[in-house]
Amino acid sequence: MNDNFGFTDAPASAGRELTYLEAIAEGIRLEMERDENVLVMGEDVGGDFGGAFKVTRGLAARFGDHRVLNTPIAELGFTGMANGMAMMGLRPIIEMQFADFISTAFDSIVQFASTAHYRMGASVPWVIRAPSDGGIRSGPFHSQNPEAWFVHTPGLKVVAPATPADAKGLLAGAVRDDNPVIFFEAKPLYRSVRSHVPEGEHVVPLGKAEVRRHGTDVTVITYGSMVHQALAAADAVEPDGISTMVLDLRSLKPLDTEAILTAATATGKVIVAHAANRMAGVGAEVAALVADEAFDALDGPVRRLGGADTPVPFSPPLEDAYRPNAEKIATSIRDLAAW
Amino acid sequence: MVDPRVQIEMYAWMKLARTFDEQMVAMWKQGRGLGGTFSGRGHEAIGVGAGMALGPDDIVAPMHRDLGTYLVRGMSPERIFGNMLGRATGASRGRDANLHGVGDLGLGIIGFISHLPQSLPTTLGVAMSFRYRGEPRAAMTFVGDGGTTSGAFHETLNMAGLWQAPFVLVIENNQYAYSTPLDQQMHSPNFSERAGVYGITTATVDGNSVVDVHAACTEALERARAGGGPTVIEATTMRMLGHAIHDGAEYVPAGLLEEWERRDPVAGHRRHLTEAGIASEATLDRLDVAARERIATAVAEAERAPLPDPDTLTDGVYA
Repeated sequence: MNDNFGFTDAPASAGRELTYLEAIAEGIRLEMERDENVLVMGEDVGGDFGGAFKVTRGLAARFGDHRVLNTPIAELGFTGMANGMAMMGLRPIIEMQFADFISTAFDSIVQFASTAHYRMGASVPWVIRAPSDGGIRSGPFHSQNPEAWFVHTPGLKVVAPATPADAKGLLAGAVRDDNPVIFFEAKPLYRSVRSHVPEGEHVVPLGKAEVRRHGTDVTVITYGSMVHQALAAADAVEPDGISTMVLDLRSLKPLDTEAILTAATATGKVIVAHAANRMAGVGAEVAALVADEAFDALDGPVRRLGGADTPVPFSPPLEDAYRPNAEKIATSIRDLAAW
Repeated sequence: MVDPRVQIEMYAWMKLARTFDEQMVAMWKQGRGLGGTFSGRGHEAIGVGAGMALGPDDIVAPMHRDLGTYLVRGMSPERIFGNMLGRATGASRGRDANLHGVGDLGLGIIGFISHLPQSLPTTLGVAMSFRYRGEPRAAMTFVGDGGTTSGAFHETLNMAGLWQAPFVLVIENNQYAYSTPLDQQMHSPNFSERAGVYGITTATVDGNSVVDVHAACTEALERARAGGGPTVIEATTMRMLGHAIHDGAEYVPAGLLEEWERRDPVAGHRRHLTEAGIASEATLDRLDVAARERIATAVAEAERAPLPDPDTLTDGVYA
């Protein structure tokens, strides 16, 4: 199996640079070392195999099989099981082999876990790691970005790191949170992105966005793999004299409304971009927030870029037509800058 | 033979549950209720027998027919009536309806959701936490015949058998899933056979005999705590009223209800106590009066209790 789906490996570099995947793995290992209530569970995560993407490789040898639990193919059942474990004070990190498969566990997440604290004051502190996103020629059922379902669900938290440092830090933040957190990993970033990751304890608080690039003409609000596409787009339009701000949401629930409004107000021109399909996506909520609360500061319409309202297609010309990318974001930046 | 005092206690709890149920049904028919509600009439032996078998450190996820389990476990009638009437003092603080959401981990009770088979994997997770920590505790839950046809049922039993978890499931076979009788739900309603193929110890008991239910649950829980793995107990009974308060259950043949009425679990246990010389009619009459007084007090307190302040709407969505 080609774990990298055709993406070029990030160039190796000395010192404390890690790939996105290595950063997640380090985050899990450190949380398991810190707290014996933390365990890993999911399909194929245990033994020497270490998961479909090898994120959990080495954990069973390090911590023992009882803390790295291989489950049968039963997402509804094992996620429900994690609800019970979490109510008893354990902190399961569930690997959903692909984010696409999370629908199979829907009741356990959106009906039970998300309501337990409201109904009976019982906290359910698990983390679901959901390898999401496409662009890697994997077809309709290994490419999805289903975050909007969960952002729409009260009682859940949702994060989507874009960088190796955030992948490690948000993983720690999610494990330590007393609520159910869905951690959307961007598969295309696993081995294609390598950058500085702090050693030792590194916790990124949930609900805090981060400005990745300062700019004065147009603001692109985005998350996950599209952060990198937005940064490339910002580079591409710079020669045209367009200065682009890129805000990385990092957490989708809770949203950092203050950072969103500050970034929108700074340029008055806002594009929201995500790889998930646009219809009723997270971008719609962000655009509505900006329209509601920063209307006076706007100098143009709030644009939204997202996937088409279709299943994620397999064949390259179709998938490329489906997804936003740096080129499409650059075109949108130019259009909006000229507004 | 079960300790006579325990057998009398079984009667007291069943009578309390039955009295609560009758009072609740009457109130809802009088328009003094709120929303819908679910009667557990006919299921008292299961709720009480299982509830009394639980140890102080065990955890249970009962369902909407298991009022007796909540009461035995220490959930007060005031908190339950308060929940049913949407009061701030109810177990869910006005968040959830009737017996739904009535949970309190301090009492070892997990509140179920309407998607009843969800209680199965949740409870298995509780059991797995005991295994993880090496604690001699067991986790128990309940499901109806209707829930046994769901994917969650089979996924849970598969994992419970695989890991030999300290997990006990009581299947309350009450003949109907809402309006659908057993023979329209599954090819072969042999629940023990099904659970057995997953590597789970099974038992089938008369769900209208509190003594039998208690004995089967006690044995299963002791085995689970001792590391002997999971058990599925089929307790056969009959839902004596409709699915919910609005449902007249006209689809149930009258003869079937008459047959099960003769096997009423509360009246049957009373007969057993007097015939075996364990308790006198006078003793049991006193317990009946005590149950009526207890429930009257609870209803009065719940009806007096305040409704939740709308300013608390968002309280508790997050931990």
